Amino acid sequence: MAMHKISVTINGAVREAEVESRLLLVHLIREVFRMTGTHVGCDTSHCGACTVVLDGNPVKSCTVLAVQADGSKITTVEGLEQGGKLHPVQEGFTEKHGLQCGFCTPGMLMTTSALLERNKNPSEQQIREAISGNLCRCTGYVNIVKAVQYAAEKMR
Amino acid sequence: MSEPRTDAKICGMGHSMKRKEDPRFIRGQGRYIDDHVLPGMLYMDIVRSPHAHAKIKKINTAKALKIPGVLAVIDGPTLAKYNLHWMPTISGDTQMVLPIDEVMYQAQEVCAVIATERYIAADGVDAVEVEYEPLPVMVDPHKSLAPGAPVLRKDKEGKKDNLAFHWQAGDKADAERALAASDVVISENVYLPRIHVASMETCGCIADFDTAQGKLTVYMTTQAPHAVRTVLALVAGHVGLSEEKIRVVSPDIGGGFGGKVPVYPGYVVAIAASVVIGKPVKWIEDRMENLQADSFARDYHMKVELGAKRDGTMTSLKIKTVADHGYSNASANPSKFPAGLFSICTGSYDLKHAFCEVDAAYTHKPPGGVAYRCSFRVTEAVHAIERATDALAQKLNMDPAELRMKNFIKPEQFPYKSVLGWEYDSGNYGAALKKAMDIIGYDALRREQAEKRKKGELMGIGISSFTEIVGAGPSRDFDILGIKMFDSAEIRVHPTGKAIARFGTKSQGQGHETTYAQIVAEELGIPAAHVQVEEGDTDTAPYGLGTYASRSTPTSGAAAALASRKIRDKARKIAAHLLEVSEQDLEWEPGKFFVKGAPQMAKTIQECAFAAYTNHPQGMEAGLEAVHYYDPPNLTFPFGSYICVVDIDRGTGDVKVRRFVAVDDCGNIINPMIVDGQIHGGLTQGIGPALYEEISYDDEGNISGGSFLDYYVPTALETPKWETDKTITPSPHHPLGAKGVGESATVGAPPAIANAVVDALRHLGVTHLDIPITPEKVWTILKNKGVAE
Repeated sequence: MAMHKISVTINGAVREAEVESRLLLVHLIREVFRMTGTHVGCDTSHCGACTVVLDGNPVKSCTVLAVQADGSKITTVEGLEQGGKLHPVQEGFTEKHGLQCGFCTPGMLMTTSALLERNKNPSEQQIREAISGNLCRCTGYVNIVKAVQYAAEKMR
Repeated sequence: MSEPRTDAKICGMGHSMKRKEDPRFIRGQGRYIDDHVLPGMLYMDIVRSPHAHAKIKKINTAKALKIPGVLAVIDGPTLAKYNLHWMPTISGDTQMVLPIDEVMYQAQEVCAVIATERYIAADGVDAVEVEYEPLPVMVDPHKSLAPGAPVLRKDKEGKKDNLAFHWQAGDKADAERALAASDVVISENVYLPRIHVASMETCGCIADFDTAQGKLTVYMTTQAPHAVRTVLALVAGHVGLSEEKIRVVSPDIGGGFGGKVPVYPGYVVAIAASVVIGKPVKWIEDRMENLQADSFARDYHMKVELGAKRDGTMTSLKIKTVADHGYSNASANPSKFPAGLFSICTGSYDLKHAFCEVDAAYTHKPPGGVAYRCSFRVTEAVHAIERATDALAQKLNMDPAELRMKNFIKPEQFPYKSVLGWEYDSGNYGAALKKAMDIIGYDALRREQAEKRKKGELMGIGISSFTEIVGAGPSRDFDILGIKMFDSAEIRVHPTGKAIARFGTKSQGQGHETTYAQIVAEELGIPAAHVQVEEGDTDTAPYGLGTYASRSTPTSGAAAALASRKIRDKARKIAAHLLEVSEQDLEWEPGKFFVKGAPQMAKTIQECAFAAYTNHPQGMEAGLEAVHYYDPPNLTFPFGSYICVVDIDRGTGDVKVRRFVAVDDCGNIINPMIVDGQIHGGLTQGIGPALYEEISYDDEGNISGGSFLDYYVPTALETPKWETDKTITPSPHHPLGAKGVGESATVGAPPAIANAVVDALRHLGVTHLDIPITPEKVWTILKNKGVAE
């Protein structure tokens, strides 16, 4: 299997790795870099538990090859908190009980933090559309919507 | 109880305390099974059968073993050397771990590849060649039970049919007499399809056998770690595993919903591999394996007959069920209840005559019957009675709310002995329904519906007034594999007045670290922030049967209260000693003892704790701790009334839930925020099966719904904005008056939605629709009736 040297900036730090062509980005993050906040919940790109922000866009890292991410900037859930201060979406999810088992939460946080970067004042429908690629089996989404509204308010 | 007794600093019952679990989860620092890595750890991946029934002619492992990094392929004959190729199920049936010569369902485990890396193990799976000879497949449970059907379980000596079990409750002749004497009788065939818990985290484990110490540690996704430890000791004693040398650790669990109660073959193979190889072995299911091979629920074919007088008084209920259990009865029911608590099927109604029976069939499908967010078949029972109640209202041309009000067990009838043998602890069903009707504006909706119907628009209103039976259970009746269904709490108060509390249950997202801390805070006045809650490690936690069937608050929650009270009793003695008064002179308020009439003379619980280690009375044991194993005197009976409004698109048959009001009563509430969250989640797991989710099989036993491509878990777009409210009717026997709430909404929601859709179509002559009520199903009806657009 061909090996490739790649370099990515992940949560602000430059990291290099030598990877197989077939290695998925989610496994680069979880198993090579040992950052386990990004989860794997399916194998068909439906659940969104593996969502990371890649060059500003939320993507499902189970559907990106590590080599495709070469040279890019990646933010994972571990990179949301800055200087000991939680990102407003992290705060919102706690305040509004937007999580239960916590498994989908990192993906939800990445999707919604990216949403709030491009839309400071999303409607409920826009929030629901934004997270429609992220499945949650515990919360019923109502409190996730509230959490994002809380964060939007904080960020304005 | 609605107002908290403690202040926000103590944060006892009734406070919507922010969850203690959240800081790690929102930072991506949860530690789920796949996040754990042990030194020298190997990876296991599983070869699965493409056939639903086939003879295994040959397993060729040569190519796989040539791949660098593939260390071993374990098959049935390998395990047979250790007599580990079969295992008992929780229901006392048997199930293959790995087959010797025959596979019995599609996606069944055939053999396992052990490799140094995850990807290499998957390469190994691809390289294993299995030769099969396909055999005839039995997918229909009715055909399976018909006389002369080929016997599936040939491994069972003398087995001449495919009946897994027969179970019944009530007096059949009496129920039939009462039905015959009824003015009206409705009869509907109600099918609850096979569905899947689809927790966002799949199942998996790391088995770690320490050869030097002879100790096995299994990190696994289990809702019942103690029971698993005992089962492992019982089934693997012959290969040298002894219970004191087994430690089961259940880490953070990414949703369980009953799917993580059973022991699946993958766990056992990983354990066997680790014991043989002497290294840790990790096995993590992928989503398709998860959806195709384990964690199945429901699959009940019910014939429901409900009789009534002309005025709507219900007279008799009779339900005959054929249950499809797949090739093994692996459901996780208490021993005496093979069909779970299905006999709660008389529901919220004062029925004097009832009979129900279940015939469980073997078929060529994966073992099914886990109690998916449901206290052992309560979902099936509630769906049957709530659907039948609406069908009866339709036949009598009565309003379904009025019919329910007429037949509810009245508040003054509690404790209520049901005709099928349960003693309902408390309830006020009419109040919950009335509240739901007021919130949603029931009468106005009926008027709107009448107007819309004139215009040809399809709008429906559906009600479900469910009663649950949760918190198993009194040990006189409830055990799993002989182990009584008590549960436990062990609390230690440290010298500085902080506490650690450990439990036999295991949270999978329910927030136990928060709610149990609040119970201890309520009882001892130690701030919940300073109560560390731990579960899931059998080396440290007291024994218990685990978390499912909404039993954590009814059992371990009660144990937390009673262990706290034992501690408070000892603290009282210490306070009396410190204050030099008699115990009888002391009054308690959360957090401190004070002398009656002299409140300035007081000792806080923290001062008592410090004295327990530094200045305890002569003759008293040092320390301040207690353990309690709580054996509930009865189950608890949460209830509620749900009303939903649906609009149906005449062009597509799509059902849109416009509004959904849920009024729940789970007795006294520990954390209102968490209870609300449980209801939201449960409702969403109700709309899923009601409208979208189903696992089905073709005649060859090929699965449909075996990945998220076609197993349709609701997204934020389909899920309505749930409206929740509550009534509070405390349980008279629970120490905190609480009842358990985790499953109410999953149980109560599907019939409300189904009733609403049937209500929208009833003028077209529709009396019943099986769930999931897909657009195709509705559109076909609309087309046949000539009203499709």
